[in-house]
Parts: sequence; C-alpha cells; structure tokens
Amino acid sequence: MSADLLELRNIRVAYGRAQVLRGISLTMAAGSIVTVIGANGAGKTTLLNAIMGVIPVSGTILYDGMPMPASIEARVAAGLSLVPERRELFATMSVEDNIELGGFLRPAAERLVTRQMLYERFPRLAERRKQLAGTLSGGERQMLALARALMSRPRLLLLDEPSLGLAPRIVIDILEIVSELRKTGVSILLVEQNARAALEIADHGYLVELGEIRRSGPASQLSHDPALMESYLGLMPQ
Amino acid sequence: MDATIATFLIQDGLTSGAIYALLGLALVLVFSVTRVIFIPQGEFVAYGALTLAVLDGGRMPATASLLVCFGLFSFLVDLWAMRREMTGARALRSAMIDLVLPAAIYIAALLLIPLGLPSLAKALLTIVIIAPMGLYVYRVAYRPLADASVLVLLIASVGVHLAMMGLGLAFFGAEGLRARPLSTGNYALGPLLVTAQSLWIYAATIAIIVGLYLFFEKTLPGKALRATAVNRLGARLIGVPTQFTGVTAFVLAATIGAVSGVLIGPITTIYYDTGFLIGLKGFVAAIIGGLSSFPITAIAAIGVGIIESFTSFFFSSYKEIIVFGLIIPVLIWLSLGVGQHEEE
Repeated sequence: MSADLLELRNIRVAYGRAQVLRGISLTMAAGSIVTVIGANGAGKTTLLNAIMGVIPVSGTILYDGMPMPASIEARVAAGLSLVPERRELFATMSVEDNIELGGFLRPAAERLVTRQMLYERFPRLAERRKQLAGTLSGGERQMLALARALMSRPRLLLLDEPSLGLAPRIVIDILEIVSELRKTGVSILLVEQNARAALEIADHGYLVELGEIRRSGPASQLSHDPALMESYLGLMPQ
Repeated sequence: MDATIATFLIQDGLTSGAIYALLGLALVLVFSVTRVIFIPQGEFVAYGALTLAVLDGGRMPATASLLVCFGLFSFLVDLWAMRREMTGARALRSAMIDLVLPAAIYIAALLLIPLGLPSLAKALLTIVIIAPMGLYVYRVAYRPLADASVLVLLIASVGVHLAMMGLGLAFFGAEGLRARPLSTGNYALGPLLVTAQSLWIYAATIAIIVGLYLFFEKTLPGKALRATAVNRLGARLIGVPTQFTGVTAFVLAATIGAVSGVLIGPITTIYYDTGFLIGLKGFVAAIIGGLSSFPITAIAAIGVGIIESFTSFFFSSYKEIIVFGLIIPVLIWLSLGVGQHEEE
C-alpha cells in the first residue's frame, strides 16, 4: 500500500454549541478515490471545509505526513483544491477569467498550458470561454468549477456533491471525468449524496452520520452491504 | 443667466466632478473588495494637497515624519501579531516594509527638497509619501478586522478618519494652504478660458480611469481583486490571500487620494479638515453607483460636480443640502429595486 496522503485524527468542529463533527479520523492513500457518504446534515460538507481550512477545527490533520499548513492559500500552494457544493464561481466574470484565476498561485507560462489542457478536456467550456459564468447551465457550471479547481494542478481534489442538482446523464459524465482524473495522479476525496454512484468509482468509503464515522471499508464491500444500503441510505441494492 | 455663465459653471462642475469621480471610484474599489466604507479617503486628499503646498515652500512636509511613525506603529503591530510564531524571514519582511520603506522615502525627501524640484517632481514626491500610508492604515486598523461585519468596519473607519484628521491638525496646523499649480497658463477655447491646472485634472482622471480599467480587465492581480468583490469565498478557495486584496485596494485608494490632493491643492485652499467634505461628495457618487458600479459612479460624480456648481451659483446657502440630498431618492430607489443586499 502506498503512503497516506491525508490523515485526519480526531477532527472536531462546533458551530457555537452545536457539535457538527465529533471526532472524525480517516486516512487516504495517495492516488486513491475515497468517498464520504451520509445523509444531509451528517457533516460531510463541514468535513471538506475543515480539510481546506475554511473553518477552524480541533484535532490533527496530516498532509503527506506533515502537519497541514495554516492558511487556505498555503494549502492551495501545497496541492489542495476544493470544488465547493455551491460552486462559488465568479458569476459576473467570463468563463476564461474564472479558469485563469484558478491558477492564481501558478506561474503564467504554466497557466497557459494547463488552460489549454482543460479546454481539451472540457470542450463545452472552450466554446463558451467569452460567456459570463453566471449564464451557464448547471452542468456547465459544475464543469467550470472543476476546471477552475484543476488549474492549480492539485494533488488532492476535494469534491463536494458534484452531482447535486444535475440531470442523471450529466452526473454520469461528471463522475466519469472524476475517475479519469485519478489516472493523471490526482487523489480525490468525494462527498456524495448519490452513494451508489460514488461507491462505484471509489476505492474506499466512509459512512458519516451525525458527525461521526459509522462504517468504513473498501467501496466494493460497502456497496454490496444490503443492510447499509437500506438502513443508512434508504436505497435498495439492485 | 446667459450661455457664458452656463458654460463657465459646467466647466467648473466638470473640474470638481473629475476629482469626485476619482474619490468615488476609490470608495467603490475599497468597499467591493474589503467591505470597508472608507471614510478616511478624504484625509488622503487633504494630506496630499497640504504636502504639496509645504513642498512648494521648499520645506520638509510633516507627512514624511508621519509616514515613518505610521510604519513604526505598523511594525509594532506586526511584531505583536507574530509573537507566538516569530521567524527571521517574517520579521525581516515586516522590517523592510514597515521600517526601511518609510525611512527610504524620508531620506529621499530630505535629499531632494533642497534641490528645488520642478512642480511635476514635487507632485510625484507627494504621491510617494502619501500612498504607502494606505498600507499601514490597512495593517493597523483593518487587517485585524478582516472577518468583522460591515458595521464594525464602518465604526473603525470613523475612528481612522478622526485620528487622521487630528494628526492633520497637529502636523499642519489649523491654517489653510494652497499649492502652486502644476503648470500655469490659460487656453482660450471659444468663450471658455481653460486653465492648465484643469487640463491636468482631466488628463489625470482619464489616465487613472484607463489605468484602473486595464488593471482590472487585463492583469491577474486585478482580476483577483474583482473575483474577491464578486465572490469572497470563491476567491479564497483559489488561493487569493485576503491580505493581498486588502493591501492592494487600500494602497490604490491612498494613491488616488494623494493624486486628487495634488490636483485640487492648487485650485482651492485646503485645511486639515477639508478632505472630509470632498470625500463625502465622492461618497454621494459612490452611493449612486450602489457602491458597486465603477461607470455609474464616475458619471454620477460628474453630475454631482455640475449640480454643485449650479447650486452654488443660484442658491449658494443650500449648496451642500442639495448635493447631499441627492442620495435620498437614490437610497429609496435602491431599497425598492434591489431588495436585499448581502450582509455577511
């Protein structure tokens, strides 16, 4: 097994008196896709925000065996990139500007190369490069958010509900792109409500409930656990 | 009223409107990027005008010493902030920015002033002395409050405004000063007599507007500032440091303030507290622009200048009431149209 890229030890987050994460520990091998599944309000988004440094946490986060740097920009520079649930695009700026800004911390020459690569991967975005981000459809916005996050050449991509609000066919496209990405060496931590689809492309899965990890294991094992699929996720195994 | 008076009033209005446009743009810039309503903007105008007037007299302006004090204070705040994780590199960086930079400017001023500089060089020296103050004001007053609400930031602005105005009184005294124009001379344009100074004002305003446009549209740091204004969280997630956007916005605003001071110093007598009123006129324009639109702010500022010039001719005692009254219908309109504004 390869070395751990990310290790969380006893991560706790509280909003005021409400405990949202109650001691989460997980590890993630370099080059893997790990998915965190669970019902709405389980703390999945909070977990990603905690890893990215958007919210303060207690506990230890190790990245590549070292303590995680403090600021968001230091984490981006170290190779983390988050595609947030609400995308957080720059709506009144062009698609091209949104993509270019994703490489804010990278040298100009590299930005050009990466952008060209992303246009080849997302031809839809290339067609709409002059259009304002706010005028894109839901699926295009998700692609733009993904492209913007990839501009920083991340080693660890944090994806928050990439399928949320998208038509089923586009969900398949997006998840296909995600599993393609792994082949380029990017590790992916995927938070999904669509548990079945997420477990299909993931190596390892964690089930989070009320801020705690309830189950974990290889994705293939979790997706063939009828009790889990039924009782925790309300989905019948096929 | 005949056509000659009207054209004269329009010209006068355009001249002051151009200054208000610069200040309005600076206010929109600072607010959209940092959510700070930058009341001390006017103080930078007064400091700029007074500094230029003192330089005209061949003396060392008090603002040069003030800059050194600001830097020193900022350095102490930096040291306090990094008391738990002090590193040599960070301390050196702070020392360069907070101590070496103002000291270098002070020494440069000390050496250059006795040489009897031409007026354009004096104007540039003024801007070099005033602009870094934006950096220190941000460091001391606003950076520790980066996550505070708009209201807290507004209260901090009132505090900075009062402090800077008080320092202006202490360093320059209560008497008004007037600087010499950048170049003298008049040009007849039909019935109009255009002064060289007002040509400088138009040219500088247009140059700054074009410069800001190019910065925001064509450069990555400019786009990052726009991105921060559009979506604060999105900008943080791509690695734009809050500190970078804050520093850039405040230094730009201070520079614009200093330029405005240099431009307006020769056409009106400036007192330590004049800047506030001038800044407020820019603020009226910025409000009309919804604190977000650069073009509407610039056009509104020209309108404010022209209305002010006509009202001071016809009903001079109601001049300020009419100009500031302009924002009431705008506020009503904005409150009806937009509904809810973002309040983080």
